[in-house]
Amino acid sequence: MNTTSLIVLLFAPLIGFLINVFFGRKMSKNLSGVVGTASVLLSFVITLLLFFSVKQPITLHLSEWFSIGKLAVNFDFVFDQLSILWLLFVTGIGALIHIYSISYMHDDENMYKFFAYLNLFIFFMITLVAGSNLLIMFIGWEGVGLCSYLLIGFWYKNQDYNDAAKKAFIMNRIGDLGFLIGIFILGFATNTLEFSGIQQAIDVDGVVSTSGWYSIAAFCLFVGACGKSAQLPLYTWLPDAMAGPTPVSALIHAATMVTAGIFMITRMNFLFDIAPIVQNIIAVVGVTTALVAASIGLVQNDIKKVLAYSTVSQLGLMFLALGLGAYQVAVFHVITHAFFKACLFLGSGSVIHTLHGEQDMRKMGGLRGSMKITYITFLIATLAIAGLPPFAGFWSKDEILLTAFNENKVLWVLATIASIMTAFYMFRLLYLTFFNEFRGTEEQKKHLHESPSLITFPLIVLAILSALGGLISLPFGNSWLNHYLTPIFAHKEHAEHHLGATEYGLMAFAVLGALIGIGIAYNLYMKKKEVPTSDEVQGLHKVLSNKYYIDEIYMAIIVTPIYGLASFSKNFIEKYISKSVFGLGNVVSVLSIQGKKVQNGNVGFYLFAFVFSISAFLIYLFLIR
Amino acid sequence: MQSILEQVGIGNYIILSALLFCIGAFGILYRRNAIIMFMSIEIMLNAVNLLLVAFSTYHQDASGQVFVFFTMAVAAAEVAVGLAILVSIYRNIGNIDIDNLKNLKG
Repeated sequence: MNTTSLIVLLFAPLIGFLINVFFGRKMSKNLSGVVGTASVLLSFVITLLLFFSVKQPITLHLSEWFSIGKLAVNFDFVFDQLSILWLLFVTGIGALIHIYSISYMHDDENMYKFFAYLNLFIFFMITLVAGSNLLIMFIGWEGVGLCSYLLIGFWYKNQDYNDAAKKAFIMNRIGDLGFLIGIFILGFATNTLEFSGIQQAIDVDGVVSTSGWYSIAAFCLFVGACGKSAQLPLYTWLPDAMAGPTPVSALIHAATMVTAGIFMITRMNFLFDIAPIVQNIIAVVGVTTALVAASIGLVQNDIKKVLAYSTVSQLGLMFLALGLGAYQVAVFHVITHAFFKACLFLGSGSVIHTLHGEQDMRKMGGLRGSMKITYITFLIATLAIAGLPPFAGFWSKDEILLTAFNENKVLWVLATIASIMTAFYMFRLLYLTFFNEFRGTEEQKKHLHESPSLITFPLIVLAILSALGGLISLPFGNSWLNHYLTPIFAHKEHAEHHLGATEYGLMAFAVLGALIGIGIAYNLYMKKKEVPTSDEVQGLHKVLSNKYYIDEIYMAIIVTPIYGLASFSKNFIEKYISKSVFGLGNVVSVLSIQGKKVQNGNVGFYLFAFVFSISAFLIYLFLIR
Repeated sequence: MQSILEQVGIGNYIILSALLFCIGAFGILYRRNAIIMFMSIEIMLNAVNLLLVAFSTYHQDASGQVFVFFTMAVAAAEVAVGLAILVSIYRNIGNIDIDNLKNLKG
């Protein structure tokens, strides 16, 4: 691969962004959509070529950035197995979602802006993934956060959406601070920010100084990952982020951006490997998040909220795998999750689009007949996320459960419960949306129809990927993914699982668990045709409906004290301290206005003052003193 | 031979020159005509010169007298420049009353 094509790969989305920003207003809606899509598609094609041609990592040196003492930072990008893999599904799913958006956003007056933001997002995501040092990664990291903010608040006339955007941004900032501190510590400890350099430094003195700086740095990086990948306690922004248009939820808040934390930890695996305490924390946080989010997802009635909590829960499972040191498994689940979750979100978008913005599942139902393609693709993706063979989700989730089983039985039990819950709430969603009678208005019922082909095409592609994605890492030995990623994890020996009775038993158990979840959902929502009642619910259900009151708790222990501090500043500091400071200024000002009168421009007066003062001075000197 | 300084006494010189200086100073303060003010300045200068010379003799040190020569030379130059300025002012505004010179006031 030559340098030019790599530069094109990097900057094509940026150019698409610039075109849409500066000329989008004058272009027709379709044209701006096509520009946006084409730029991402271009990146995708080059990534495909890279994928098939690159065996050794290649580094792209753009320019120097700065150097302080021994620490030099360059605009370097590295294309190795890990980043190419990530680029593949970022640009691939990105391109599909761009295509989808051309139709989905067609009625929006600011469509060119939407594509501009999406392109900018892809650009920053590529920067994040391909950067060869932590600071470049951080640029991308902040950039995707910015784009996430812009896109959540895309319909900026709604104040709730603006609040959701701000919440996402602020929550991410908390994590970003951790990330930044981690970067500083690593720069301080190793005198380099290059991934390869840090790895060398750790290889040299890693085991000796297992405690100390490296562990702290790893923990700080993990805090950053928590913010970006919506883990406890920083996950609350992600469900609110569903305020954005559905393609955004699919692309940013399900498939790509939220996996950035997992990417970062995978990238820094050599660091986390020497910090076992942090790994334990990651595993515990991951499995807790998976459980909490899944349990909240059980009772949500907004179709996108269910998917959002499911995303948080799945991310928790990925963190569990990371915490157990099974990076390949986490990457595998990231990929399959990107396929089926993008498909689910786009499918829900198709439903919402048809119902003119209705997101409440209680007002859906019976869409199976009128939206065949959406239904079938949604069904495949649901089967995949629920973990039924042979769909993609089964293989990746099973690997995670298997790893957990080998490492720690408690984690395995918790993760299994989370995945049973997943099967339940996903099928609850499916039954409520596509089965039984339509519960919306008569007006909506008349207009039920399948979405246009620009929407169904990405759905079909993603459904196929959700069905077949598991092929990249089947557990029967010779997993392609593990083999492909070997150079990234070169420093550690990797043992292929040898499938024995235990493993097959676990698989059967996982399938059984999923079937139980599905069975409960079937019993409740198909047989009894229950529809979730209004919000007046009792007991545990109420706690779950209110998301464990976590937002309220944060409100009480963080937001309210800050408001208190602010009002203290306003009422005390502003009133008294700042006024007394201003008072001094006023005194000087009044005095100087009086003093100005002395300079009246009359030369005679000046002379008089001059002589008078000198005389007075002399009299003082000689006579009085 | 008794010198003139010894006959008159240093105290009288000091008083004379102080008087001259005060005359000059009051001239500056009370008169508005630039030429008169100029002359007052010269009187003040010369009062100082007188004092310098008197003390020079009193201390038997010639440097005071040398200094006076310089003062007179510089004063002459100053007068030349000052008068030129006054002429220029007169040509511009038709009189040399310093109260009219307010154009530079901020």
